[in-house]
Amino acid sequence: MGKIENLGRRAFLATATATAGGMSLGWTFPADAAAGGVEVGIWAVIHPDDAVIIRIARSEMGQGTLTGLAQLVAEELDCKWSKVKAEYISPEANFAKGRAWGDMSTGGSRGIRASVPYVQKGGAAAKAMLIAAAAAKWNVPVAECSSADSVVTHKPSGRRLRYGEVAEAASKLPVPADPALKPQAEWKIAGKGVKRLDTVEKLSGKLVYAIDVKLPDMLNAAIAQCPVFGGKLKSFNADKIKAMPGVRHVLKVDDVSVAVVADKWWQAKTALAAMPIEWDEGPNAKVSSASIAAFIKEGLDAPQAGVGHKYGDAAGAIAGAVKKVEAVYATPFLNHATLEPQNCTAKVTEDGVEIWVGSQNGDASLAAAAEAGGVKLSQVKVHKHHLGGGFGRRGQQDYVRQAVLIAKQVPGKPIKLIWSREEDMEHGFYRPITQAKMSAGLDAQGNVTGLHMRISGQSILAHLLPSRMENGVDMIQFQGLIPSEFGYLAIPNLLVDHAMRNTHVPVGFWRGVNVNQNAVYLECFIDELAHAAGKDPLAFRRTLMAKNPKPLAVLNAACAKAGYDKPLPKGVFRGICQYTGFGSYTAAVAEVSVSPKGELKIHRIVAATDCGIAVNPDQIAAQVEGSFAYGLSAALYSECTIENGRVMQSNFDSYEVARMADMPKVETVIVPSGGFWGGVGEPTIAVAAPAVLNAIFAATGKRVRSLPLKHHDLKKA
Amino acid sequence: MIALNINGRSHQVDADPDTPLLWVLREWLGLTGTKYGCGVAQCGACSVHVDGAVMRSCQMPVGSIGKAKIVTIEALSPDGLSHRIQKAWLDHEVPQCGYCQSGQIMAAAALLKAKPNPTDADIDEAITNICRCGTYPRIRAAIHAAARGVKV
Repeated sequence: MGKIENLGRRAFLATATATAGGMSLGWTFPADAAAGGVEVGIWAVIHPDDAVIIRIARSEMGQGTLTGLAQLVAEELDCKWSKVKAEYISPEANFAKGRAWGDMSTGGSRGIRASVPYVQKGGAAAKAMLIAAAAAKWNVPVAECSSADSVVTHKPSGRRLRYGEVAEAASKLPVPADPALKPQAEWKIAGKGVKRLDTVEKLSGKLVYAIDVKLPDMLNAAIAQCPVFGGKLKSFNADKIKAMPGVRHVLKVDDVSVAVVADKWWQAKTALAAMPIEWDEGPNAKVSSASIAAFIKEGLDAPQAGVGHKYGDAAGAIAGAVKKVEAVYATPFLNHATLEPQNCTAKVTEDGVEIWVGSQNGDASLAAAAEAGGVKLSQVKVHKHHLGGGFGRRGQQDYVRQAVLIAKQVPGKPIKLIWSREEDMEHGFYRPITQAKMSAGLDAQGNVTGLHMRISGQSILAHLLPSRMENGVDMIQFQGLIPSEFGYLAIPNLLVDHAMRNTHVPVGFWRGVNVNQNAVYLECFIDELAHAAGKDPLAFRRTLMAKNPKPLAVLNAACAKAGYDKPLPKGVFRGICQYTGFGSYTAAVAEVSVSPKGELKIHRIVAATDCGIAVNPDQIAAQVEGSFAYGLSAALYSECTIENGRVMQSNFDSYEVARMADMPKVETVIVPSGGFWGGVGEPTIAVAAPAVLNAIFAATGKRVRSLPLKHHDLKKA
Repeated sequence: MIALNINGRSHQVDADPDTPLLWVLREWLGLTGTKYGCGVAQCGACSVHVDGAVMRSCQMPVGSIGKAKIVTIEALSPDGLSHRIQKAWLDHEVPQCGYCQSGQIMAAAALLKAKPNPTDADIDEAITNICRCGTYPRIRAAIHAAARGVKV
């Protein structure tokens, strides 16, 4: 946070007269919104008719960040919300001004919480400049003036000037470095469930995603990458397809991939499928899910492991316990499966590189394009588009790099690279595969005396960001389990550790990252312990959370809304879960039934979230609802398996996801307790699967300890 | 050349008859509101109306369409907002990323035409389009709301 605040502070030192030149509008609505207005500070452009365009540095992929950030700026600016529009600031503008608009990276549920307070200060600074300009015009002290609804008022005389009337003068004033922010109690726009700014164009097909870009003389590319990770491109026979309709070029992209460039993408894809390609499958051609499972299983009892959270003597407490409980859990690799397949359009000329892309990190896209193009960072232009889903996948820049490598070989022409769904399924940055061995001891009264949670499996940081590991330990592995997040601190002895077992499969940040797997392991095992102790799962958790009021409050809120104390209809059973991650506390109650044939029906889910400060409660509710579709996909159906070194799932027929008929009624309870900024897009996913699994146990007496559920027979034994 | 009737206009398209309608819409005619998600009729992002019925255009060879009248999201309503499904979608803030929504809206519009007052089971059966953001609960609520506004 400190780093980001510093960047924000620097932003206010930027000159107020910066031009809008070089700003590109990948998000085409509102088209050329900034034209005709003046910049007041760097976050707002104000037009003579009081229209306000708010700059957004983060990416919008459905999570509502664009609207939430605009609310925060507009609140401090005291402008009319009905006159607010938003536009992306371009990565090249951000780069040229020393990252004046801060970090563009959009992941880790940080889009809003890591943009405060500097976006708020941007709004407050602009407001102060507008008031100062009006006061100067009237020749009165600033202190006699106030602002509201895009109007500055001189209180003693009642004179008024609209923002649009003073914006020009305000834009020439110095930008205050540290303007005061409003107390939250005075919020009128932030904190309210206002409508999103970007819905209308999603209803008519008019929103231009990167995959929809149309440019003069544009050609289209389809790509094939070595299906075995770690393998290489050996040879391809371009002559076989050169005469096919529309084909222009057949190009080696890099050591692992080949592309066909054609007039239309369909022609490129069809020709690529017809082209003989030989792969050098490399050293991993025999790896399978079975060999990976055995490799990871060995880590469950390995002597060496990185420690995530330790106090007391867990091993001793468990060894001396009256009752020992042990269970092994497992979760598979998963693909993000954004509905818009990865794509990027690139044009390489003597002047530099221009790209059109949906990216979770505009700065990183710019850097990737520069590197692939062999040009300076200052020679890259990035047109940011709304993303057709991100979920962590579009933080990686592989498709940007490929598009530029292809375009470099066809200089002067824009080339749109689109991955087929099959390429997308087979070349992801998968949610890492892990297993966990859970061991605990209970005393004669059913109190937990010690808990050891041994995770074994793949590390994301080891694959993507080894420099962020701490003494060889990937601390992200322990999301929800570290001292600031672990809720069950009444357990007297604890050890949480990780035996790193990295496979050849590329892994990455998948919406929710490791909270998903860790919550399944911990929260299902806590349920097992409650059962072993003969206690109600809620009462059992309340005891263990006695020292942790915030997670306990959110669990209580979910249970209260669900009517935990009231009986359920015959045949319906409950499961509960609480988990903490991304700075927010979440909990869920699931109500399920299982038919005599073993068919699962999830009737209702009640989900509670405490994200501290709520910027847009309606969008938080939307994120929580959506979390369950993503989380239940993983619980019910989805997995990526490996045979002969490659991913076996190639499309949505084999990589199944939740659909309408799978979705329960989701009731959200937003309980912002104030005083902190928690994430929203990801934390609630964690509680989806464990709540359902615990309800299944209540219904059937069966403990499901590996996902997805589709492999389990839920018929009552 | 293949003759097509799309959004009330005739078009002559110079494409191989095996080309899926989806790609003819997107690449030959520039109608990019209809989306590519899977190419195997699994996800429904490419849904269009063919003589009033919802169809997945990624699996329809353009040579097989004949005189059928195609309507895409761009022509569901004259202003892109006034179809009752579009109004209900706006009212319920259905879209998140929005990428699947063209297909969801086309599927929902066809459902309401066939069944003016669909039950939850009807919705489960008719709306099989994939949404990765998880807008399903709001899609369901919006369909019910749009149906309630219909004079039966």
